[in-house]
Amino acid sequence: MFKQTLHISTSPHLKRSIGTDDIMRNVVWALLPTSAFAVFSFGLSVFLLLMTAVAAAVLTEHVLCRLSGQQSTVDDWSAVITGLLLGLTLVGSVIAIALGKFAFGGLGYNTFNPALVGRAVLQAAFPVAITTWHPAFLDGRFSAIPSSTLALPFMEPHYDAISGATPLSAFKFDQVTTSSADLAMGLVSGSAGETCAVLILLGGIYLIARKMMNWRIPVALLLTVYVLSGIVHWFSPEAYPSPSFMLFSGGLMLGAIFMATDMVASPLTPPGAVLYGVLIGLLVVVIRLWGGLPEGVMYAILLANAISPHIDKALQPRVYGTVKKSKAA
Amino acid sequence: MGLFNFGHILTMKWFAAQTDSMSALTQRLGLPLRGIPNRYASKTFRNGVHPPEHKSETDGLPIKQFPFAPLLVLPTAQHIGAPSKIIVREGQEVVRGQLLAEADGYVSVPLHAPVSGRVRKIANVPTVKGEMAPGIYLEAFPASGQEVLEGEGIDYKTATQDDILQGIQNAGIVGLGGAAFPTHVKLKVPDDKPCEVLMLNGIECEPYLTTDHRVMLEQSEDIFTGIRYLLKSTGAERVIIGIEANKQDAADHLSRNIPEDLPVSVEVVPVKYPQGSEKMLITALLGKEVPSGGLPIDVGVVVVNVATTAEIGRLLPRGRGIQERVVTITGPGVEKKGNYLIPVGTPLRFVLEQVGVADDLSEVYLGGPMMGMAVSDLDISITKGSSGIVAFTEKEVSRTDKIYPCIKCGYCVDACPLSLNPSQLGILAKFEAYDEMADHHHLMDCFECGSCSYVCPSNIPLVQYFRMSKAIVRKRAAAQKEAANV
Repeated sequence: MFKQTLHISTSPHLKRSIGTDDIMRNVVWALLPTSAFAVFSFGLSVFLLLMTAVAAAVLTEHVLCRLSGQQSTVDDWSAVITGLLLGLTLVGSVIAIALGKFAFGGLGYNTFNPALVGRAVLQAAFPVAITTWHPAFLDGRFSAIPSSTLALPFMEPHYDAISGATPLSAFKFDQVTTSSADLAMGLVSGSAGETCAVLILLGGIYLIARKMMNWRIPVALLLTVYVLSGIVHWFSPEAYPSPSFMLFSGGLMLGAIFMATDMVASPLTPPGAVLYGVLIGLLVVVIRLWGGLPEGVMYAILLANAISPHIDKALQPRVYGTVKKSKAA
Repeated sequence: MGLFNFGHILTMKWFAAQTDSMSALTQRLGLPLRGIPNRYASKTFRNGVHPPEHKSETDGLPIKQFPFAPLLVLPTAQHIGAPSKIIVREGQEVVRGQLLAEADGYVSVPLHAPVSGRVRKIANVPTVKGEMAPGIYLEAFPASGQEVLEGEGIDYKTATQDDILQGIQNAGIVGLGGAAFPTHVKLKVPDDKPCEVLMLNGIECEPYLTTDHRVMLEQSEDIFTGIRYLLKSTGAERVIIGIEANKQDAADHLSRNIPEDLPVSVEVVPVKYPQGSEKMLITALLGKEVPSGGLPIDVGVVVVNVATTAEIGRLLPRGRGIQERVVTITGPGVEKKGNYLIPVGTPLRFVLEQVGVADDLSEVYLGGPMMGMAVSDLDISITKGSSGIVAFTEKEVSRTDKIYPCIKCGYCVDACPLSLNPSQLGILAKFEAYDEMADHHHLMDCFECGSCSYVCPSNIPLVQYFRMSKAIVRKRAAAQKEAANV
């Protein structure tokens, strides 16, 4: 009896079974319906795009880890999310992982959402190519790949014939509105994964139910956009779009649910999360309605990412047994 | 008042039933349980976690007397405070219940012989902390009748406040919930802070442990007698017994047996770890918060564990000292699980030999799995503060313990019952910013419940960081004090 050696470890000796890799894997599951719909509505080219983006993200992370003499961290699944998110808005995985994540120290240390960093760089470098959209539901979308898709952004594409204006730019530049129902169902053109709000919401609800997403962020964000644009629309319905149009158009859903909620780059205290959501919502409305760009979600989130540590610092929850807000410096 | 209490218990029962069915549902769906009980019951505290309970494995098993080990190991520091002073010599024969060591000062308690036998050796003995500490090896007489030596009893009707406190100290009584703090010190209510409520802690929130549960079911007489002593010594106006919903039978049993003349109410609260902490229990039952750095008496409350109360009710009338305690022996690595009355000083090796262990035994914890300590040496013994022995096999501990970086998920922030920010504290600990942790982030409030480590998806040993940081801060403060005195 007792031939075994006893092991020792520090308490607690029980551990909840949700690990970081589980969280990341679940985010991937939650993005799958949106990805599937993107392939369905835009065709084969999107499938290739997503695969390329994910493969590039994972490969870049692996290679950079090896180059810097660390153990590869691809098994935590976070690079897959970055690739997928980026693919759903556009390509740029290498930049996203290298500049947005690895340069900051890898998972847990990235100040900004890597996928958005990737996209911001692309948008700065190839402004026309990245904002050229294919119309959805073209007949030959499963059999043919538009010649420009894979070549983008390295050659001058013949996009005039096949490009469709997004609802947001149509509104901004031509005063054409699109019905909110079409927007919600994704029957419009836009970036690959930004179109079907319903599927994105579904993914979000799944993650919230599994407690793998801070619900306060998307709720605060979407409410802010709705209320604020509602007020503006009420004052001048002709000049400004309706709040539901604002909610379901462009990258707002994808951004609110999958990008703003990037755990690493968002505040972790409950009041901080609310403030962060409100702030992004505010920025989105301001950029969309009064800025020079039709779409503002990306910059809004990146800006909020930058101040998220400060939000955390300022809005600590009240510590048990203390009277006022703790003066945590 | 009585009607109100009764109605309250009924509603709590209904709440508990709802919560249970909700828990079952959410568990089946694979959803985490957080937040659901709160909607139904106002009586709770902020945050907390729901580790798997595993209490049904032993909560139906009545307390059984454990055999006497041939050799007992008795460290003199079985409590917080000064170790007791040995007053026997090697070779001396002692009777069960006889004083072996006396209290050394106010924050200290005496140690009584748990068996009749001979003092074999006075030497350093192994302890759970891994260090050797002064103690006594006591050889039991195998054929002895083991009747107990009784002293002078204390009658609660005639005794003064000080008589009772002295009696509690003389009996060697410490908090049996695990902390082993001398009970008479806790009961000494300062003149300027009256005690309004005496709170009995029957929460037992540690998974696996069922000692308090069995004590409440089997020793209610002793508990109510103990309450009489406690009421007199604290001057409290009323008594609340706090019990978690997973021990409804104990709550029912106690409420049925409350003596007419005692101002006692039993309150059932939803199951949530770490409700057994004094601060959390006070908040759950009274809605008050103990000030940071303060004690329960600052809000007019004294909290005593139910098993400690039962011990007071049993020992004081006869002038006895503690010789044994109820210990839950359980876990997947144990063959004969149960609740046993075990003499203090019984070596763990003897205990595990008696109950039988699995071949692939891997880790043994003294106390519960959330706050208990892993044992490296089975020659250590059951002490007054040991509420359980939990044994895990390879299967339960062979989890992948890869540590990922903090992804700022905020799970720990949602888990910390004190609303500290463990994520931030963990980062500061990594940078060795201990003063910053203590001065600006309430490090010293942390009572090491382990909820943060339990939920951390990146497997960061947060509570271990905080334990070390607290020790360093204390050491620095002591060094500073010394420097100032020179």
